Amino acid sequence: MTNAEQPLLSVAGVTVRFGGLVALSDVSLEVAPRTVVGVIGPNGAGKTTLFNVVCGFVRPKQGTLSWRGTTLRNHRPDQLANLGIARTLQGLGLFAGLSVLHNVMAGADRTAKSGLAASVLGSRGAARGERDLRAKAMTALATLGIADTAHRYPGELPYGVQKRAALARALAAEPELLLLDEPASGLSEQDMAELVTHLRTLREDMAIMLVEHHVDLVMRVCDRVVVLNFGEVIAEGDPAKVRNDPLVTEAYLGDPARERDSA
Amino acid sequence: MGADTVTKPATRTTAQARRAIPPLLLHLGAAIIALVLVVALTLATDPFTNLRIATVGYYVLALAGLAVLTGMGGQISLGHGAFLFIGAYTVGLLVIHAPSLPIWADLIAAAVAGGIAGLLTGAAAARLHGPYLAGATLALAVGLPAITQRFPDFLGGSNGLSFTVNSEPAGLAVPSTRWQAWLVWLTVLIALVLLANIARGRLGRRMRSVRDDEVAASLAGIHVGRTKIVAFLISAACGGLAGGLQAFLLGTAAPGSFTPALSLSLLAALVLGGIGSLWGALWGALALVYFQAWAEDVSDALQLPTPVANNLPLALYGVILIVITFVAPHGIQGGLRRLGALAHRTRGGNR
Ligand SMILES: Nc1ncnc2c1ncn2[C@@H]1O[C@H](COP(=O)(O)OP(=O)(O)O)[C@@H](O)[C@H]1O
Ligand SMILES: [Mg+2]
Repeated sequence: MTNAEQPLLSVAGVTVRFGGLVALSDVSLEVAPRTVVGVIGPNGAGKTTLFNVVCGFVRPKQGTLSWRGTTLRNHRPDQLANLGIARTLQGLGLFAGLSVLHNVMAGADRTAKSGLAASVLGSRGAARGERDLRAKAMTALATLGIADTAHRYPGELPYGVQKRAALARALAAEPELLLLDEPASGLSEQDMAELVTHLRTLREDMAIMLVEHHVDLVMRVCDRVVVLNFGEVIAEGDPAKVRNDPLVTEAYLGDPARERDSA
Repeated sequence: MGADTVTKPATRTTAQARRAIPPLLLHLGAAIIALVLVVALTLATDPFTNLRIATVGYYVLALAGLAVLTGMGGQISLGHGAFLFIGAYTVGLLVIHAPSLPIWADLIAAAVAGGIAGLLTGAAAARLHGPYLAGATLALAVGLPAITQRFPDFLGGSNGLSFTVNSEPAGLAVPSTRWQAWLVWLTVLIALVLLANIARGRLGRRMRSVRDDEVAASLAGIHVGRTKIVAFLISAACGGLAGGLQAFLLGTAAPGSFTPALSLSLLAALVLGGIGSLWGALWGALALVYFQAWAEDVSDALQLPTPVANNLPLALYGVILIVITFVAPHGIQGGLRRLGALAHRTRGGNR
């Protein structure tokens, strides 16, 4: 466990079928501490499914997952946060009835030092626990520059701010591995530029696995890139190598629609 | 006791953000004030009104429990009357078969019995969604009171159980309805303090997270199924306690008091009062008790035939609910908040 080179997450030979559709086919990859791994590929390539397998929403037909060298068997999504894995969803998945602050406090919930029984009794310990969660949430919001929206509700805010709130909620869980499913989709140029800055800062503290459509963004922040096409890994390596891979150009990067998307 | 999730003013800077005041202290303070008000109110009114005040009390508790389940937890129950039924019979059976037990022990037993039933229902409910859950809980409300027919000797058949509860301390020389109103409200307020703590704290936030997005909640480390079951347990324990208080107040527990119509009225009253807040339970309970009375007066005055008269309150709810959905979609409490926010803004504009 002390070996710094040991990957945090490894996915080995994972295959997922939905009926006749092969969503993932013998996918293997590793995420080392404090690295950013990009997963790109056309729509329907299986990127979200890969995250769903990691998170325990989808059970692979074959293959194994391990976290810090320990195999994850039949793990449930709610156990992930405590392992140190946080994820943002492709849709926003914000809690519409909670203020931004409480959304992020919910993300920090797993770090709470006072128990649920204390919260029912409303004890001093519970009050302190809430104060700590609030402070953590405010820090996460401030990191992403949206502390002023703490008392607003998600529905009142522009899409870009909601995206940040969702990211703040994941950060508040103090993860070692952050899974981001299309964090740049729907963002303005300006927001996307800021996202790149944020991701570069975040990678100092955690590993990031990034599913993205926007190839440029992936190339700018990732150490390694995995390219999926029809559920198969068709290329893998550092951004420069992947960019020049003819298979990739054909399957994905050369797609004119995609280029417009990522421009 | 604010548990509103709908229209909290955006600019509220919480003093609690800096100082960690235990929620218990705040809510206990509010409860003591409320108890003083209730006592004052009972002293100023006649026994008949005292009884109504007590009735409002246990309905507040039943509705507050339902608010936790539905408003906070996002689960629907069309059968909450079943938990009141369980609580009422628990108190009835204990008063009859274990007369030496003090009333507070009977009431705790009612809450526990309701809670256990809620736990079982919740475990089933965690797998059911929307209309399926609604159907299952409705079936509970229809089916459960019918067991009184299966065990007529033990549960008293359709007449139910009748008993006398002597709970008043010997030296206390107040009319019995007044004492009953005090005891009911004391119990209700203690339960409300806990509910308000829940609404303010971690558990309440977990329940709301699950209500709003189960996938995102589970990714935050929240066990969705367990959270739903806990919501049912809390809600049903409140229902059981409310039913126990009703039995204590009326000295009877009979299946006729726990028809599916009761369950539907509870839900309707909560929507009317405001589903997102414990305050909504108060407005809903007042509506429940006073509509009932008002509808009875109306049907008496119009000399309506019994079947029509019996269903008049429910029909009235229907109409009023439809109106409310248009006028104040978040119920009375939502409407009040909006008025408050409006007044606040108007005052701000003058500065
Ligand atoms: N739960 C599911 N049931 C059936 N098919 C699914 C399910 N989830 C994803 N798929 C299918 O698997 C393929 C990969 O989907 P997805 O992982 O969402 O792609 P991506 O995120 O790369 O756009 C798609 O064809 C999609 O329709
Ligand atoms: Mg996707």
